[in-house]
Amino acid sequence: MLSSFAAETLARFQFAFTVSFHIIFPAFSIGLASFLAVLNAMWLWTGDNTYRVVFDYWKKIFAVAFGMGVVSGIVMSYQFGTNWSEYADKTGPVLGPLMAYEVLSAFFLEAGFLGIMLFGREKVGNGLHMFATAMVAGGTLMSATWILSVNSWMQTPAGFSINEVGQFVPEDWWAIIFNPSFPYRLLHMVLAAYLTTAFVVAGVAGWHLLKDRENKATRTMFSMAMWMALIVTPLQIGAGDAHGINTLEHQPVKIMAMEGHYESHPDGAPLILFGIPNPSEKRIDYAIQIPKLSSLILEHDLNAPLKGLDTVPDDEEPPVAIVFFSFRIMVAIGFAMLGIGVWGGIQRWRGRLYDTKWLHRATVLMGPMGFVAVLAGWITTEVGRQPYTVYGLLRTSDSLGPVAAPAVAASLIAFIVVYFFVFGAGTFYIMRMMGKHPGTPRLGLRDGPIRTAGITPLQQTHNTHPAE
Amino acid sequence: MNFVFDLAFIWAGLIAFAVLTYVVLDGFDLGVGILFPFAHSKKDRDTMMNSVAPIWDGNETWLVLGGGGLFAVFPLAYATVMSALYMPIILMLLALVFRGVAFEYRWRTERWKKVWDIAFFGGSTIAALCQGIALGALVQGIEITDRHYSGGWWDWLTPFSLVTGVAVVVGYALLGATWVMMKTEGAVHHRMRDLAKPLAIGTLAFIAAVSIWTPLQNPVYFDRWFAMPGFLFTLPIPILLAVAVYKLFTGIARGQDVTPFLAAQALFVISFVGIGISFYPNIVPPSLSIWDAAAPDSSLKFALVGTVVLIPLILAYTAYAYWVFRGKIDPEAGYH
Repeated sequence: MLSSFAAETLARFQFAFTVSFHIIFPAFSIGLASFLAVLNAMWLWTGDNTYRVVFDYWKKIFAVAFGMGVVSGIVMSYQFGTNWSEYADKTGPVLGPLMAYEVLSAFFLEAGFLGIMLFGREKVGNGLHMFATAMVAGGTLMSATWILSVNSWMQTPAGFSINEVGQFVPEDWWAIIFNPSFPYRLLHMVLAAYLTTAFVVAGVAGWHLLKDRENKATRTMFSMAMWMALIVTPLQIGAGDAHGINTLEHQPVKIMAMEGHYESHPDGAPLILFGIPNPSEKRIDYAIQIPKLSSLILEHDLNAPLKGLDTVPDDEEPPVAIVFFSFRIMVAIGFAMLGIGVWGGIQRWRGRLYDTKWLHRATVLMGPMGFVAVLAGWITTEVGRQPYTVYGLLRTSDSLGPVAAPAVAASLIAFIVVYFFVFGAGTFYIMRMMGKHPGTPRLGLRDGPIRTAGITPLQQTHNTHPAE
Repeated sequence: MNFVFDLAFIWAGLIAFAVLTYVVLDGFDLGVGILFPFAHSKKDRDTMMNSVAPIWDGNETWLVLGGGGLFAVFPLAYATVMSALYMPIILMLLALVFRGVAFEYRWRTERWKKVWDIAFFGGSTIAALCQGIALGALVQGIEITDRHYSGGWWDWLTPFSLVTGVAVVVGYALLGATWVMMKTEGAVHHRMRDLAKPLAIGTLAFIAAVSIWTPLQNPVYFDRWFAMPGFLFTLPIPILLAVAVYKLFTGIARGQDVTPFLAAQALFVISFVGIGISFYPNIVPPSLSIWDAAAPDSSLKFALVGTVVLIPLILAYTAYAYWVFRGKIDPEAGYH
């Protein structure tokens, strides 16, 4: 009993670890692939070489990030079987074909055209190269679509029956793919990827603006990123709100945990801004709350009743503290992004977008925050649907394969050591490239003829890069 | 032995096709990694890596399709095989992580270039070794009771599986050597040509050893090969093998560009068909048949529609990508 508990805990930790590491890369590469497609199109359309400089700069960063995404993704496609073979056997008939479609319609598309996008401009010409770049971007979005359908089905299963050996059997593919939470989750995640990328780009541009506010490529990057921050952040907050209301309908227990509602509120539930969940006493300590606001947000009615965790049996309750905190971290970052977006908009209107040092410093600080928000959001939704893998139908503890704790522990340690080493190195290389200004010749290499930022005349940087 | 042509059978064929395509495409690029220490200079290593840099990612996607496809259409096979081959599979995945990132990291540093060279070599070699071990362990058979894997943690590790593991390493190295011969000129081309002959001899020795040893693993395999209707399929195999071997050795001796690579690939295709004959009608020997493991027809049908449309498309643009990067590698090229 103890050992099966240990194996389950270790296997859950292993999945959480590998999938958390993995999601960082797609969150970046979905946004960056679209950004690159837009940059290349702008270059072809306007003939302004600035776009090409920015394209070549981010292309190299994209290549490293994409490589990390690919290898951490291959691991994911086997994680279901190694530790969670019961889950694999039971959900395979429903989820397997969706993942097969992801591989066939997205992974091959990305991989097939990535080589041409990275290495092939001179060989195929600008037109086909643009097509390849667009295919890579389309592939990343297609991939997101399928995998979010898979995840959403696990949250809000639909269109299936259960056969005599306990497998989920597909009955209606339309209902499976477009299950109730899928459109909301897809929109929320794609916008999250775009925002994450926009803030990375803004952070890098902000860093370089602090040192040299005349570099045209840096200005272009910063301007594009700040438009994204201004326009997409409000959309994302709206999408998140809609996603929350959808969750209230289909997974109300998750909302109770997110809101910290241990008690039911028959006439209007308060919005708890902050507090510390106390699971043993089943209350939120030191709560700072606004009366009735939670009911207003979720039900659009100040006095709408909301049930609390007191209506839920203990063995159906997710770990409240994790969900409660991760949700607040995500929301806080979302509003900070909104603040930056609005600030940037105001400074642009005043014609001071490139001259506001405090704005540039703030974007550097916010640069990595998209990743934190993405992780916090996923932790909220994944921990919030516990103790189930297929919501309400298949418990996490029943999903585990016949694995022994020592084997899971050994592989977990191996994953941790390898991931920190390999992805730590990759992150270091990416940061080092980001530390150089756009237009740096031989951006990726340490021994390249690196010029100090601000000294190189702009024309010279433009003239040197195509030779790479 | 009945021959049933239905959805499950079609899918077994498609999964086999995906795995074979993976071996054909990723075998040589893993082989390039295995041969990394045998290159004489840093520049030769650069050229070798550049010869596969634009295509390795697409090649490895077939492995994801193998895993994803198995999960989709034979979930029970996926579940039991992953449990049984837990360690070699995790080791293979970690090895692929190292070699995959080396493609980019190697160009991003001078001081640590050596580290990523070793990662590329070690990752490629261990990945190939684990794939061979996994194959050997499958041939030995996987114990299944009541839809669960019921064997032990180390069942996969036997002298037989170690031999199949080394066999795959040597075979992939042969594919890599003939690929680099095809894609390069000058010193690195000659170096690979020197290596190709002993590697070819080694590969053939391993094919012979595994072929003799396999029927000893399970007498069923003997029947598959020499009883009807399997015999109809097995009969041409030695003949085709002889043709491939002839082409391989004369191609290497004459310094031909393309023939040795195609002949080495033919060895793999023929061996793969041989393994397929041994397995049929099981997907996980000795007891799990294609039909036991198959998902319900509704899953098989839905997945088949897209597969029939998308696989030819994928093959078309994969071929296009190879076409774009055809011919000898320019050692000065690359976007780095």
